[in-house]
Amino acid sequence: MSVLVVVECADGEVKKSSLEVASYGAQVAAQLGTTATVIAVGEANEANLAKLGEQGITKVLYDAEPRLKDFVNNAYTKLIATAAEQEQAKVIVLANSNIGAAVGSRLSVRLKASLATNVVELPKTDGGQFTVKRGAFSGKAFSDVVLSGDRKIIAVKKNSTEAQHDAGKTAEVVSFSAQLSDADFADAPKQVIMQDQAGGVLLPEAERVVSGGRGMKGPENWNLIEDLAKALGAATACSKPVSDVDWRPHHEHVGQTGITVSPNLYIACGISGAIQHLAGVNSSKVIVVINKDPEAPFFKAADYGIVGDVFDVLPKLTAAVKALN
Amino acid sequence: MKFLVCISNVPDTTTKITFTPDNKEFNKAGVQFVINPWDEYALTRAIELKEAAGNGTVTVLNVGEADTEPNIRKALAIGADDAIRVNAAPTDAYFVAEQIAAIAKEGAYDVILMGKESIDYNGFQVHGMVGEMLGIPTVAPAMKLDLSGSTATLEREIEGGKEIVTVNTPFVASCQQPMCEPRIPNMRGIMTARTKPLKVVPPVGEPARTQVAEYALPPKKQGVKLIDAENAGELIKLLRNEAKVI
Repeated sequence: MSVLVVVECADGEVKKSSLEVASYGAQVAAQLGTTATVIAVGEANEANLAKLGEQGITKVLYDAEPRLKDFVNNAYTKLIATAAEQEQAKVIVLANSNIGAAVGSRLSVRLKASLATNVVELPKTDGGQFTVKRGAFSGKAFSDVVLSGDRKIIAVKKNSTEAQHDAGKTAEVVSFSAQLSDADFADAPKQVIMQDQAGGVLLPEAERVVSGGRGMKGPENWNLIEDLAKALGAATACSKPVSDVDWRPHHEHVGQTGITVSPNLYIACGISGAIQHLAGVNSSKVIVVINKDPEAPFFKAADYGIVGDVFDVLPKLTAAVKALN
Repeated sequence: MKFLVCISNVPDTTTKITFTPDNKEFNKAGVQFVINPWDEYALTRAIELKEAAGNGTVTVLNVGEADTEPNIRKALAIGADDAIRVNAAPTDAYFVAEQIAAIAKEGAYDVILMGKESIDYNGFQVHGMVGEMLGIPTVAPAMKLDLSGSTATLEREIEGGKEIVTVNTPFVASCQQPMCEPRIPNMRGIMTARTKPLKVVPPVGEPARTQVAEYALPPKKQGVKLIDAENAGELIKLLRNEAKVI
């Protein structure tokens, strides 16, 4: 019996959300009186994998098969299922990412496990029940869910738990093979196209987000959003009406039917705060609202607010951030 | 080509969420239910692909009790040919996936589509479970779907980019924008929907593997601290020194 943690890597680095997942898995293992083992997926680097010791991981399994660099649903599922059997894992922890959801859902059937996605806290394991708290109703509520299966799979929401750092500790990196065959790679992507990030920050991983709404009046004014985002090291985002009229790409749409974000800082510029938008951002730690309408509903959900014209306020904020640095 | 489109019956996106006094159940009183917005992409795209091919059928499937029928009729009005309702409350993702897999297998559907997730449970699980139960590929979440004969080309969203994936039928895809512009029913559709077949079947399989013990609402904000627009730079100082987020 152990805890198996799925860690996603890209370009040799462990993704930030996976550091949180590793730390979460190590804490679950401590709760259950066992150890946490990582199975690494994606393009990993052994030195960075060994550093997962800082998050409380004792052992890291890594299959250097080159075709595992990109996400392949069947191959990843088999790899993780094989590792779970070898480690006799009772609990599997992964990120609530597109990869985590795609693999976790298949694994839950293959391993006959109870699955909870969008999990925001460590489990409660007292009284013989295993209960997790997860986000529901698109960020408008939470639910405590009992995982009644013998095995449990938990997909942890990004930025909802803090990654622990125990500097200097290292994990043992062990070579691992799931004996994958060509058939396991039949659904491999034909092509992978990454967004042009140009020094920008990816929205799903961002700790800070600057977001614009219809109050920005047009895509030609987005330099004001981008300038502040750049100064803050933040990602840019937008409201649904903005992506609906193609001022900004769909992957920037934050809200109930777009993506849900939970950064440390969310700055909303010219967004009125419709209930569907609030659902996508209300688990952000600090919300700042800039709007010329003092009656905008978003102010009720905000920590800080400026009633003013975004075209006047944004340059002042960018200048103030630059003056700080 | 036989399309199976799975739809979920969810509270309208403008709903203020509340629970029963014991916090065990969602309070449905006064709530308007709609077709899950993500599922509308799946439904419309299936109809578009059927129309483009000039043949085929689109079957709508819902796991729910009788009160979901108005939204099933709405899906028929939008353009689905027939519907199946599994007469059971959708207790968890695993239970729902079992129902879909059983019907997909029995009806030998080629393309099984659904929304990325439901906006109430937000599981984002059913697609993969159905694919695994049937031993067929799943592409999730899909932003684009084209068919050429029995080969589909899809764009799958990944964090920071997208993948181009090709799969052969049968397969499962969970859909999201910008796959298509969801359709709304027209008068003719509404009239014909009344007489389209809607079959009600009993549930199969094992019970749910997860149980909701309790719901809770997020903690309320303390109230907004307003900063004068003339003195906007003050905000940055507060974010650094008070909130400590920059």
